[in-house]
Amino acid sequence: MELRINGLARRIEADPDMPLLWLLRDVLGLTGTKYGCGVAACGACMVHVDGQAVLACQTLIGDIEGEITTIEGLGTPDAPHPVQAAWIEQQVAQCGYCQSGQIMAAAALLAQNPDPSDDEIDAAMQGNLCRCATYPRIRAAIRSAALRLEAG
Amino acid sequence: MARGFSPGRPRRGGLARAGRIARRSLLIGSAAVAGGVAFGVWRYTRPLPDPFADDAEAIALTPYVVIDAEGITLIAPRADKGQGSRWVQAALIAEELDIDPASARIEAGPVSRAYYNRALLAENLPFLPTDQGWLARNARAASDIPARLLGLQMTGGSSTVPDGFRKLREAGAVARETLKEAAALREGLDRAALGTEDGHVILPGGRRIPYTELAPDAARIEPVTTIVLRDPAQWRHLGKPMLRGDIIAKSTGTQAFGIDLRLPDMLYATVRAAPEGGRAGLIDDSAARAMPGVHSVTVIEGGVAVLAETTWHAFRAAEALVLDLTGPPGRPADSAAIWQALSDSLDARGHDSRNRNDGDVEAALGAGDGVIEAEYRVPFLAHAPMEPLNATVLVTDRACHIWAGTQIPDFVVTQTARLTGLPETAIRLDNQMIGGSFGRRLELDFILQAVRVAQSVPGRPVKMTWTREEDFAQSRPRPAQIARARGRMGAAGIEALDLTIASPSVMSSWFGRVWLNPPGPDISIVAGAWDQPFAIPHFRVTGKRAPDLAPVSSWRSVGASSTGFYLGSFMDEMFESAGIDPFDGLLRACNDDVSRAVIDEARRLCDWRGRQPGPGRGRGVAFCLSFGVPCAEVVEVEDTPDGLRITEAWAVADIGTVLDPVNAQAQLSGGMLFGLGHAMNCQITYADHRPEQQNFYDHDGMRLPQCPRVTTRLLENGPVRGLGEPGLPPAAAALANAIRAATGQRLRQMPFADQIRFA
Ligand code: FES
Ligand code: FES
Repeated sequence: MELRINGLARRIEADPDMPLLWLLRDVLGLTGTKYGCGVAACGACMVHVDGQAVLACQTLIGDIEGEITTIEGLGTPDAPHPVQAAWIEQQVAQCGYCQSGQIMAAAALLAQNPDPSDDEIDAAMQGNLCRCATYPRIRAAIRSAALRLEAG
Repeated sequence: MARGFSPGRPRRGGLARAGRIARRSLLIGSAAVAGGVAFGVWRYTRPLPDPFADDAEAIALTPYVVIDAEGITLIAPRADKGQGSRWVQAALIAEELDIDPASARIEAGPVSRAYYNRALLAENLPFLPTDQGWLARNARAASDIPARLLGLQMTGGSSTVPDGFRKLREAGAVARETLKEAAALREGLDRAALGTEDGHVILPGGRRIPYTELAPDAARIEPVTTIVLRDPAQWRHLGKPMLRGDIIAKSTGTQAFGIDLRLPDMLYATVRAAPEGGRAGLIDDSAARAMPGVHSVTVIEGGVAVLAETTWHAFRAAEALVLDLTGPPGRPADSAAIWQALSDSLDARGHDSRNRNDGDVEAALGAGDGVIEAEYRVPFLAHAPMEPLNATVLVTDRACHIWAGTQIPDFVVTQTARLTGLPETAIRLDNQMIGGSFGRRLELDFILQAVRVAQSVPGRPVKMTWTREEDFAQSRPRPAQIARARGRMGAAGIEALDLTIASPSVMSSWFGRVWLNPPGPDISIVAGAWDQPFAIPHFRVTGKRAPDLAPVSSWRSVGASSTGFYLGSFMDEMFESAGIDPFDGLLRACNDDVSRAVIDEARRLCDWRGRQPGPGRGRGVAFCLSFGVPCAEVVEVEDTPDGLRITEAWAVADIGTVLDPVNAQAQLSGGMLFGLGHAMNCQITYADHRPEQQNFYDHDGMRLPQCPRVTTRLLENGPVRGLGEPGLPPAAAALANAIRAATGQRLRQMPFADQIRFA
């Protein structure tokens, strides 16, 4: 099987029933995508498939058609994506464990809806749990990222 | 550890001479380390083990600064669970050392009993936190003696900042002055003529010598201990907005947590275990063993482990195990029996503690007239840190290497030695960045389990990860409690207040799991109640110890997480009964100036008197002093057609000196929201000895749509304190009081969602 991940075509030898989460983490070593619940209840495992936010713990690798982007492919410490830059500016992270998923959810939201309302932000982000409750800064960072993206 | 020293490797070079240098009872020393120098402090002449030496006779030095040819390493020994403590520890050292904290390497340091935590024990003494009298001060000062005997290198109780505030800056200052002295000797100049800047000694002509170049010389001279700490007005980093050192990594998926560790030849494992103290029987593992990717199934004490090629293979096979997991004898099996036991304990004679007994409560509440009474209940709550608990272990016949995030590194080493039969010197622990704890990593269970699993495959590293379901099954929750309050208002405010709390003991449960048995009452049952700065003529707080009901543990803000709810709610009920504004009532009752300023600022911040909430809205206020930090919070709610919504929340706390303002605001806000989310939505209930909640779909805390607008304020009038926990205790009461104001409904039992619909 072949999968496109972060712009690279990769030959995969793995059980097609394996959820993408574990392929990324345990086979490919892309550990920025996190395991939090395994049952679609936390959003820590969120990645993009063709730009859509997808829960990697619920996506079997045999079912994937499309280009996968993980947090590592979104941006890097030297060249952060505008959403990541906003997350840094607002110092959102506490323990930080949920933040890959939060950032992927926010980036997918803003790609589709550059100027979301409060309700649209609530709806897009409610699947992403943060036990440290960094929500006020998540909201501020989404607003700031929207401005950055608009400014191009 | 980087830069030529590692915690597992014996250090060469003693800590010579250091023992003779005393300033008051504080000793400061330096030690030669490979190609450089280590600086540290300690306070007692009786030696603790030197963390950098295998030689047990060596004098104890607690190193905080290590400089060698490659650069500067700052040692931040208290665990970072996401509260930013590693960064603030480094910033304290860096400020006096005169370096940019961002330029240094920050390490957790080796496990050592020399890093004992004095502040944590000080909080458990029977003196009011606002009491600065000589007896209280001396008792707090002496509290490092038991801490030292227990050798607690422990993170908890918001103690990192108070414990390190002087110690870490002194270490930085001694290092700076000694480096200057080394430069002065080399150049034939007077030390007073030299300056420092950004990791360099500056000579009068402007020439700059890097610290790294001076380190070998500094190791050879007597450390300079006549230091004067800088006036906070001159701080260059502390107190200013700083970009916390881990923010970029945590925003780009590049921060490695314990769960992300990968080692060559590593096996992945998971465990399913019996309830704590119970028994695990393996009935059938044939299906699991037959699954692809499975390496082995192994029975360990209290549970069964699957070892496999990936975590997924291990999880999948673990589900296929047929097990018989039985609860421990002696504990009640379900919630109904637990509540009954708590109720019986509340009514039983005798008590565990009565630290507060002002006036004569019995006489003041004797005649029934005007006495109001209420009963409150709080449920068990799980920590459920976002990063599922995990540990990676490599066992060989001569050593055991552990990679895990823990708040109690010292216990991990001693208990692993006990379990494996290896000497403590053969146990190496690399503490990992922690994806949340809330107190859960004060427990050893998951680490010792991983050691047992690794013992089945000597020579191969094993990463043991719990499923989220196992994390809930192995909850070490905060205790469920019942509290009864009685009181009477007088002409001048609260005349009498009597609070009785029945609770299982966190102290005996936790210490029991590390095979210790502390004597005396469990102060954590009444913390946040007996110690409040209230001058109430007749004021009594009684703790009653329930039997062992579940394996309870310290949950963020510990006892105050519940007592803050009782007192904050009941005082509001009393004020309401007398028609007194709750802010007026609180200010009248409060006899501590630092706390009064906090309450006053909360009233101003939310514009309590100016802006009145509209129809269908209500506001509530509550106050709690915990971990030495007075904190007042106001919550506003709105009754909407979709249900009740928290629209806004304000929090004010006094932490003496704000060291890291950006992070402190986040801690205060995070503590309050953690308190609100759990008060609304969460509980752990028991059936058949096991928690009934299984995953985040039935115990999550708060999600973004429920999060109100938050405003925080930090004051700096009291002694320096940490803020990981004090934001939590007032939250639930402020919410309950707001709900009462908006709807007329008085909620006395958590979770509130059982009784009211939230939007
Ligand atoms: S791990 Fe996928 S949603 Fe929680
Ligand atoms: S930052 Fe800790 S869970 Fe979100």
